[in-house]
Amino acid sequence: MAEKTLAGKTVEVNDEGYLLNRDDWDKDLAAEMAKEDGIELTDKHYEVLEYLREKEAAGESLTIRKVGKSGITDIKGLYQLFPGGPLKLSSKYAGIAKPASCV
Amino acid sequence: MTEAKERPLKKVMIIVAKASIEDVYAGLIMANGAVMEGIEAKLFFTFFGLDAITKKQMNKLHTGVVGNPGMRMPGGLPFPTLLGVIPGVEAGVSAMMKKQMDALDVPPVDEFLDMITAGGGEIYACKMAADMFKLTKDDLSDHVKAIITVGDLYAMSGGDGTQIIFT
Repeated sequence: MAEKTLAGKTVEVNDEGYLLNRDDWDKDLAAEMAKEDGIELTDKHYEVLEYLREKEAAGESLTIRKVGKSGITDIKGLYQLFPGGPLKLSSKYAGIAKPASCV
Repeated sequence: MTEAKERPLKKVMIIVAKASIEDVYAGLIMANGAVMEGIEAKLFFTFFGLDAITKKQMNKLHTGVVGNPGMRMPGGLPFPTLLGVIPGVEAGVSAMMKKQMDALDVPPVDEFLDMITAGGGEIYACKMAADMFKLTKDDLSDHVKAIITVGDLYAMSGGDGTQIIFT
């Protein structure tokens, strides 16, 4: 556990960089997190992040299959948006916990 | 003492040789999980595992209800082997398993192959087994990249941080 300053805000993150409090999240913070991984967030990225936050708040389990059927993008698109971590990275930038799912 | 240096896994070669739901899904879940973690994954289907990539069979996989000590009735009582020989029981149990997996967002085989290849995973069929079962590329899912020999498989397995997994 550590504190980190992102977009001028000091937030608590775990050792993998996931926010501990989802309420700390805002768009600028997401952009800065993604930038550290070399990803520039676009509107499409934000649509995915908002979707994940919404589903997580509703207590639903998150999978790439679900995101792929959300109508925002398909699974291939999801891999293009978040290379090397379609669910892992998107969840991180969405300010939610790392999904405990195998699909 | 030598210092052990941790080397991250970069590539997995997953071999599926059996056609039961659990054997096929073990391979599919591991391959999908790999690409989701940014690990290169190649799946190699051989012998009865070819059912999983044969258009006619891929969505009709069953689980074995005879001689399967892990099989239990709903509620946890052992599943009598003799029950398994009654026509329709294996199909019923298999359908139930697929329904339970679908509830966990584990898709049917064809959709699972869509997901894996969308993430850059590659699907191969074993030449010897395809010859044996008289299957050609046309019989196989469009996701199958090629029918290859075991030598080809080993040739693809090079590189630091590669593991070959036989399910």
